[in-house]
Amino acid sequence: MTLLIKNGRVIDPASGTDETLDILIDKRKIAVIKPKIEIEAKKIIDASRLVVAPGFIDMHTHLRDPGQENKETIHSGSLAAAKGGFTSIACMPNTLPVNDNRGVTEYIISEAKKSAVVNIFPIAAVSKDQKGKELTDMADLVDAGAVAFSDDGLPVKQSHIMRRALEYSKLLNTLIIDHCEDKSLTQDGVMHEGYYSYLFGLSGMPASSEEIIVARDLILAEKADARIHIAHLSVKGAIDYIREAKKKKVKVTTEVTPHHLLLTDSSLESYDTNLKVNPPLRSKDDVEALVKAIKDGIIDVIVTDHAPHTLDEKNVELDNAPFGINGLETAVSLILDKLVYKNIIPLQKFIEMISTTPAIILGLENKGKIKVGVEADLTILNLHKETVVDIEKFKSKSQNNPFHGWKLIGAPVMTIVGGKIVYSE
Amino acid sequence: MEEKIKARIMDSRRIKRVIHRMTTEIIERNRNLKNLVIIGIRTRGIYIGKRISRLIKELENIEIPVGVLDITLYRDDFSELEAQLMVKKTEINFSVTKKNVLLIDDVLFTGRTIRAAMDSLIDLGRPKTIQLLVLIDRGHRELPIRADYVGKVLPTSKQELVHVRLKEIDENDEVLIAEPQRIK
Amino acid sequence: MPFVHKHLLGIQHLTASEILTILDTAESLFEISTREVKKVPILRGKTIINLFFEPSTRTRSSFELAAKRLSADIINFNQQTSSVVKGESLKDTILNLEAMNPDALIIRHFAAGTPHYISTFCRSHIINAGDGAHEHPTQALLDAFTIRQAKKNFKDLKVIIIGDILHSRVARSNIFCLNKLGAKIILSGPPPLLPLEFKKFGVDIDFNLDRAIKGADVIMMLRIQLERQQKSSFPSLREYRNLYSLTKKRFRRAKKNAIIMHPGPINRGVEISAEMADSAKSVILKQVENGIAVRMAILYILLGGKERDSID
Repeated sequence: MTLLIKNGRVIDPASGTDETLDILIDKRKIAVIKPKIEIEAKKIIDASRLVVAPGFIDMHTHLRDPGQENKETIHSGSLAAAKGGFTSIACMPNTLPVNDNRGVTEYIISEAKKSAVVNIFPIAAVSKDQKGKELTDMADLVDAGAVAFSDDGLPVKQSHIMRRALEYSKLLNTLIIDHCEDKSLTQDGVMHEGYYSYLFGLSGMPASSEEIIVARDLILAEKADARIHIAHLSVKGAIDYIREAKKKKVKVTTEVTPHHLLLTDSSLESYDTNLKVNPPLRSKDDVEALVKAIKDGIIDVIVTDHAPHTLDEKNVELDNAPFGINGLETAVSLILDKLVYKNIIPLQKFIEMISTTPAIILGLENKGKIKVGVEADLTILNLHKETVVDIEKFKSKSQNNPFHGWKLIGAPVMTIVGGKIVYSE
Repeated sequence: MEEKIKARIMDSRRIKRVIHRMTTEIIERNRNLKNLVIIGIRTRGIYIGKRISRLIKELENIEIPVGVLDITLYRDDFSELEAQLMVKKTEINFSVTKKNVLLIDDVLFTGRTIRAAMDSLIDLGRPKTIQLLVLIDRGHRELPIRADYVGKVLPTSKQELVHVRLKEIDENDEVLIAEPQRIK
Repeated sequence: MPFVHKHLLGIQHLTASEILTILDTAESLFEISTREVKKVPILRGKTIINLFFEPSTRTRSSFELAAKRLSADIINFNQQTSSVVKGESLKDTILNLEAMNPDALIIRHFAAGTPHYISTFCRSHIINAGDGAHEHPTQALLDAFTIRQAKKNFKDLKVIIIGDILHSRVARSNIFCLNKLGAKIILSGPPPLLPLEFKKFGVDIDFNLDRAIKGADVIMMLRIQLERQQKSSFPSLREYRNLYSLTKKRFRRAKKNAIIMHPGPINRGVEISAEMADSAKSVILKQVENGIAVRMAILYILLGGKERDSID
């Protein structure tokens, strides 16, 4: 089946491309990239006034499958990803059972082959059952298909386990991703600790909890000369540590979510459980520092940290609600409207942060680029399309998204995975 | 709602004479003045009550205590009220049990205020008797209530308004009839 | 000034004028509790449900008496076990109660924001009887009423609040209330229980109680919860007592006619010495008496008359 995409503004940061080009896809791969392709194609897409980018990659998603299929499945999660403009997602291991052994990894991969419309890359656990006491069989998991390791949801609590994991990761040339939180400081906290948590009478999670573990991880990574990826960065203090580490050429990369860039702790005034997330929504100062850190290149990728929960689970008092925000279907529009459209970051940088760089960090050689010979994963954007976020129209099983009703300009209008159109608006 | 004053029914001299006349009636009909207490219904009933108490002291040298009754909590139309009503204090610093209570209000109209006042009094104690004194009786009773002492009987139509003004809180003493005007 | 809210969720969003309306109304309703027949018919036929998820005898019975003295029907619903443990969600519990057509729900819950959450799907008037560490509006209102009784004016009155401020809904509501009324507030307590951020609420902070209490007109003690000691918020009860207990010696540093207040129940010998609790300067029992009048005022204001349009 040949597919021809005509007249799109093709932006591929990996090759430095930003011009109007046609792309011909044949047998799942990109066959030709040229200004005017005259070859006959079975299906032709007119991409004039649209942007054609390398397929977006979300390297931090929770799919809840196996074990909590009422919240999300590999199938429904992939539909949500496709609608959100993502062609690949890396899913975190905090499932039931935890993805700490080959069996679960293989299940995810085979289930993805059967029912997922986008590429699914499993991230395996660092420690067995995420208990933080024993390392998993990392080599076996890499062999089974794991692209990285994390105990996300939880930090790798004990420093010596983190140290061993980092050392071991060098052997396998794989990546450790840490959810940086000192649980003894956050305890029963439900929101950022500060003026607003005191005002609302809610238990707080201090910024120091994230800063301490980030600092620890950077020290250990430097000593081990290993790669470390800091998950969902949220506080100013941690940014400073990472900046210093990068100057010293520590192999650190980091990510940020749209909700940490757009919402602050003051919004918890409504006690809306859709604003309860870990790490929590931080102060205005932290948000401003994160935006600046993107501009300065301290933050490498944008992720969703899509954390689906059922309506019933979130429809309770704030203290009892689980942490997590649904994000696959809103991330791209939010960043396009609130950061790109407002000229805070250029479009090319955004695409780099959501496609090119995640592919490099996860070692996905043939992803995140528009190049002849690679699998045709493409995201097509309409920068002028006006949408209103409507949780009733979500493909995800979950609706715990705080952006319902937001009017946004810019949206993904078509998602192509392996040459197949998996979403078209 | 605009109002148009139609007539002045009583001036300050007439009010003084009428209060004097009613006071002598009270003294005549209440053999045991020492057992009399006055309860004025907020707001203007209080001032009429105080004037009468002072007059009795002048004439008979007996102190008649005056208490203040707010009937907001006993109104029968409370659940239908559109606006929120501020409830004021009921201040009765003496017992009403076994006393001859003289209840005083400025205008007697449907009788509902007096009904509420009597319910309230009975919750406060067990009076021996209750007598009612009003400055103006304007008719249109909806309940079987009648006054024992009346300053003036004033036939009115239902939509007319009767205003009693007393110099303790208004500019001067007078009784006026007014009519509501629709704003053109 | 009419009260335009449908619920009483907290003091934070009330104006000084609305607070004074409540206090004035309480003033007028106070005498009902001194009569022989302690009842007026004003809320006859109204149904009120006391829904307490945290144990309380004082506040619950205070609301119960307030409702009954206004002739309303009131029932108590105690949900001491967490609904999560029981299996029925809070929302289902409330919807089931709503099906019985109450006019008002009085709610005390250990999770902050719960009354607010309930008001988003409930038809009845909601009265917050304490939500976690967030607010306890009727307590602050009865405290203000008690202060007004003793001191007449709030302007520039020096009020000191002592104890575990961090976890106290009584402290927060009082801070909002007294600030709006023009009083000058100073907080004192052990540093782990008194974050400096609280200064942003428009109050002073001094960890040294002997210094902070100088010249105080009103001394408000907060209950210290013993679990806090287990969490190392302060080293021991002995230390706490030495540094923050209201003793006669400390009391002498306050103004001569200072009054002593406490939301109850008191830990005698911990936050307040027995002799100070029983002293003539203590208005603790008056607070309880005033609590009924203030709660009657709230019920009267929210439930009296026809259902009106409100701003929430």
